[in-house]
Amino acid sequence: MAEFAQYIINGLSQGGTYALIALGYTMVFGILQLINFAHGEVYMLGAFVGYYASKYIVNHQLNERINLLVNGAADQASTSSAILTAILIILLAMVTCALIGFLIERLAYRPLRSSPRINLLITAVGVSLFFQYSGQLLFGSDPKAYPDLFENLEPWTFGSDDNAIFLEPLKVFVFGTAITLMLILRHVIFHTRLGRAMRAVSFNHDLASLMGIPTDRVIAATFMMGSALAGAAGVMVAMTYPKVEPLMGSLPGLKAFCAAVLGGIGNVTGAVLGSFILGVAEALLSGYGTPTYKDALAFAILILILLIKPSGLLGVHRTEKV
Amino acid sequence: MFLRNFSIVLILAASFGHSSAFADTIKIGEVGSMTGSEATFGISTHEGIELAIKEQNAKGGVKGKKLELISVDNQGKPEEAAIGTTKLVTQDKVVAVLGEVASSRSLAMAPIAQKNKIPMISPSSTNPKVTTIGDYIFRVCFIDPFQGSVMAKFASETLKAKKVAVLRDVKSDYSLGLSDFFKESFIKSGGEIVVEQTYSSGDVDFNSQLTSIRAKKPDAIFVPGYYTEVGLIAKQARKLGIKAALLGGDGWDSDKLYEIGGKSLNNGYFSNHYSKDDQSPAVQSFVKNYKAAYNKVPDGLAAMGYDAALVLISAMESTKSASPKEIRDAVAKIKDFQAVTGRISIDEKRNANKPAVILEIKDGKFLYKSTVNP
Repeated sequence: MAEFAQYIINGLSQGGTYALIALGYTMVFGILQLINFAHGEVYMLGAFVGYYASKYIVNHQLNERINLLVNGAADQASTSSAILTAILIILLAMVTCALIGFLIERLAYRPLRSSPRINLLITAVGVSLFFQYSGQLLFGSDPKAYPDLFENLEPWTFGSDDNAIFLEPLKVFVFGTAITLMLILRHVIFHTRLGRAMRAVSFNHDLASLMGIPTDRVIAATFMMGSALAGAAGVMVAMTYPKVEPLMGSLPGLKAFCAAVLGGIGNVTGAVLGSFILGVAEALLSGYGTPTYKDALAFAILILILLIKPSGLLGVHRTEKV
Repeated sequence: MFLRNFSIVLILAASFGHSSAFADTIKIGEVGSMTGSEATFGISTHEGIELAIKEQNAKGGVKGKKLELISVDNQGKPEEAAIGTTKLVTQDKVVAVLGEVASSRSLAMAPIAQKNKIPMISPSSTNPKVTTIGDYIFRVCFIDPFQGSVMAKFASETLKAKKVAVLRDVKSDYSLGLSDFFKESFIKSGGEIVVEQTYSSGDVDFNSQLTSIRAKKPDAIFVPGYYTEVGLIAKQARKLGIKAALLGGDGWDSDKLYEIGGKSLNNGYFSNHYSKDDQSPAVQSFVKNYKAAYNKVPDGLAAMGYDAALVLISAMESTKSASPKEIRDAVAKIKDFQAVTGRISIDEKRNANKPAVILEIKDGKFLYKSTVNP
């Protein structure tokens, strides 16, 4: 029983990170009908920003200064000082990735706005490969070890020794941050003018511009928000599994895409739902079955959902009037 | 028009410059994983080989000719190792190939070396299948049937472990082979393998496998993988509350292991080819020279690379004209060659019969625990 609970916890934590990436995919698809394959690479860049930021902090003993500020002693690490440091790094990564997302949209996608959709798709793949291989050149292709900010914190245990469930503070933080960011995004989309503009543009691009909505700016804002979330996901995954390398973005990016399709691409709640389902399913499969096919599960789900219900679990089937 | 013709002539002349008709060097090829998840293996091995060749060239080379080392980086991928070997034997026309460390990549290279009749010496591939590919393939290290039994004996006799879990890498021939041999030995000595879990190299999340292992309460966990994954596994195991000892093989040998795994590796033990704390003069002088050249302490891969190069050089010296066939025959005859990691004798299966050392990991240091003779 404890095993099952542990798998669920692992799955939810993993699902949270998929959700942050999937949200970017789903928003961009909703607005531009484009599957932004370069999104996985934005996630990777976020992880690297976090890596260099963590290294800088550790090398310049800034983490000790934070400890001093929060706990009154330079060498006393605590949950709150670790969280504060992590939040700083995440914010930095989010800002950097928002900028990167803006640049990608401006330089690679906007010039092709009026071209056939397939051109955009191919460009997206091109941007993805560009980032992967220049990343290898810039950062070196050997995996780098993330300094562990949460290292000295003991996991919380529930239950007695034999059936203990171990909850790491880090996993709780990741899950909590993911949920917080999703709630913030939800608020923006449904309760602000920008959000209304985004929904309008995704409903009908030309009509929205006729109504006076600055579509270019709205699209740029969408890209920036999605990329910021991916950047946050990158940092959080790198903190959990402290190995960063330039090719780390392709598989999680594809899996998050599958999760977005599962939930209904274009639908924000669907992306979140699909991601948690995928995360938990993967954890259960590798725990009770064999971990070798874990990666294949996401793609099997993709094929199944496209065969059975192509609009996704929460997607609404929209007939296109020709 | 003139400029075009002139440049064509220039280019042709430059390409002819590659012909080794007037070359005064003996070309030795090397294939290693200088980048990728096992980057430290490739870099250390390369430095060991380079050091040996530099020292030999300082003594005048072999048969009056200098040795030239041509290295190819396979990025940790078997396909690239095969392509690299093809390039070395067909384009660069090397007389011998040194490589690789990882058995999966050696297995990709060996058929090509064998087909082109170029002798290949692997410094540290321990899977027995490598040298069975053909009579031009050799190795200067021990093989996994021995290594598996070393750790099995250590687990049952020293750690007094009765129940062991195995966590192995399905993408690595080394990991699969070593875990099979470990299991065989451990079960024969009366132990029980309580559960076997798998992962793929490149994975970062091992929580599901470790949760399932934790449920079976093993006394020790055997993780015969490569250091990048082992470091992550150790971290995640300790975070799940697993206090059992972690056991492994020579794939753990890297300074990056501690960088990735940190304190979680305490109560970890692995078998290796050499220990830098070995006080024998051969080891200490090698450590000193390596430190002077590369500003760091050599690991087992560097020592094995150095020894593989030494064996090759010694074989070349005993030939008449350093042709690939003669080198091959000379390597096969190597007996009692005093190298850094011990006395190397190449047996009829083209493997070396050597002792293993067991190292304990404590606070970032690899401490020498014991030597096991074959």
